[in-house]
Amino acid sequence: MYAQALNAKDAAPAIAEDPVKLAVFQARIDAEEKIEPNDWMPAQYRRTLIRQISQHAHSEVIGMQPEGNWVTRAPTLARKAQLLAKIQDEAGHGLYLYSAAETLGVSREELYDQLLSGRAKYSSIFNYPTLNYADMGAIGWLVDGAAIMNQIPLCRCSYGPYARAMILVCKEESFHQRQGYAIMLAMARGTAEQRAMAQDALDRFWWPSLMMFGPHDSNSVHSELSMKWKIKRFTNDGLRQKFIDATVPQAHYLGLTIPDPDLRFDEATGHWEHGVIDWDEFNRVLAGDGPCNRQRLKHRRDAEADGQWVREAAAAYAAKQRKAAA
Amino acid sequence: MPLASPDPRAAWLMRLGDASLILGHRMTQWLSRAPTLEEDIALANLGLDLIGQTRALYARACEIEGGGRDENALAYRRAEPEYRNPLLVEQPNGDFAVTMVRHLIFAAYATPLYERLSSSNDAETAGIATRSAREMAYHLRHAAEWTIRLGDGTPESHARAQTALDDLWPYVPELFEADDLDRDVAASGFGVDPSTLRGDFDAAVAGVLARATLAKPAEVRGQRGGKAGRHSEHLGHILAELQVLQRAYPDAQW
Repeated sequence: MYAQALNAKDAAPAIAEDPVKLAVFQARIDAEEKIEPNDWMPAQYRRTLIRQISQHAHSEVIGMQPEGNWVTRAPTLARKAQLLAKIQDEAGHGLYLYSAAETLGVSREELYDQLLSGRAKYSSIFNYPTLNYADMGAIGWLVDGAAIMNQIPLCRCSYGPYARAMILVCKEESFHQRQGYAIMLAMARGTAEQRAMAQDALDRFWWPSLMMFGPHDSNSVHSELSMKWKIKRFTNDGLRQKFIDATVPQAHYLGLTIPDPDLRFDEATGHWEHGVIDWDEFNRVLAGDGPCNRQRLKHRRDAEADGQWVREAAAAYAAKQRKAAA
Repeated sequence: MPLASPDPRAAWLMRLGDASLILGHRMTQWLSRAPTLEEDIALANLGLDLIGQTRALYARACEIEGGGRDENALAYRRAEPEYRNPLLVEQPNGDFAVTMVRHLIFAAYATPLYERLSSSNDAETAGIATRSAREMAYHLRHAAEWTIRLGDGTPESHARAQTALDDLWPYVPELFEADDLDRDVAASGFGVDPSTLRGDFDAAVAGVLARATLAKPAEVRGQRGGKAGRHSEHLGHILAELQVLQRAYPDAQW
């Protein structure tokens, strides 16, 4: 998931880095060595990673909401337990990723503040609502599926703590993706009403899932430097194509229709060609005007505000204990 | 009020399962709303344990009953009067203090309950109880640690924790009142008489309240009825939400 941060403009003023250090750094990257927290790194490398990792963490945390929307209404106890475990995994990913970001010299509180104030982004996909239970299938199958395409290469990212975090995250995401597909399969083979729910979920999540990979390479601001530094290893369009090629046959197996009248298989290239992506919609959602942007942020802000007195109590208790021990 | 199952052992296990399901449901309502990310993970974990206990208890009850019902029939196809959980677990989450004090009370009751039940004359039930006792001992520790922090934290958290304790204490007596069903399964060596657990409960809670600087509320007659199928207004809303898909699409397999 959630490599959209790599497409954001870096607004900070350019600093002239020491050319010798920069050359040594690049040589290490080229030799596939991992960069670790105490190693020298260019300021922009640090900024890019903080932005990327924290956006990923924010996405995991905000991503708990659309799925949390169905956990009290899950249709069987087994499905309820699965969904609950999945959402718990996401909270765990968030925690793990905030910790990885902290190795770059930023605090979790600062990153939270960026999220709550609206300065930091999270994946655009979570600004769409979950309207029927099949959405739990579609999110696992499509959203986690798209996330895995993005994240598998990140397991080889040049920054050690992020790369290692991604190994755990990818294992869990793969499991979520299979669970999601199993939900879609049960519903696609279920009653007429369930099939209609499954199709409706695919109709609503297909295009937003393709948008998760970010703008076309020709419009992507940051790809080149991120590729050189091996933060990112494949282009947006390359990953999107891989996702489409893997997913279209899965939709056919479900007996569902992909909501793209221009979708066709190109015999010459061996790839599925998709229709035009509505980038106006993508930009609107990124800019804060998606169906749920305000709702998601308000929920997060309310939870933070409601928990303030609890965190203060824990801190006050710890201070008393320290004082008593001194 | 007739038993929830023709077999008293099954009816008794269902009653335990109902309590863990409804409390588990309350825990899932916290998702993405906890005071810290760590606590979001913890509350989800507590919920998962409770849903898991429910499934094991319901599954064994259905086996004993020997009829056509399964765990989902019990969870999704019974109305309020057929649910036999104590009133405590259906009380609203309130603020974090209410949820933690409610959990402290429940875990301080359920831990010795499952510890004793682990010597049930039914090996399956004993196995479920052994695992559940281990889990509930951890729940007790978690709820106790938070109750201590809230009670001995700031003036605001102390006031909130004391209010939660005062408001929930009337639901304590029902947990320990044995009815004919309790006495029946205890006498046969299958189950546990809850009136024998009050000493363990009082000892566990007294230690926590002392460290939390919270005052134990005066013993009241209390509210009861859930174990006999007469609930508070809250259960109907919980079931309306929990059962909506199974009720709306009764022919669907999920």
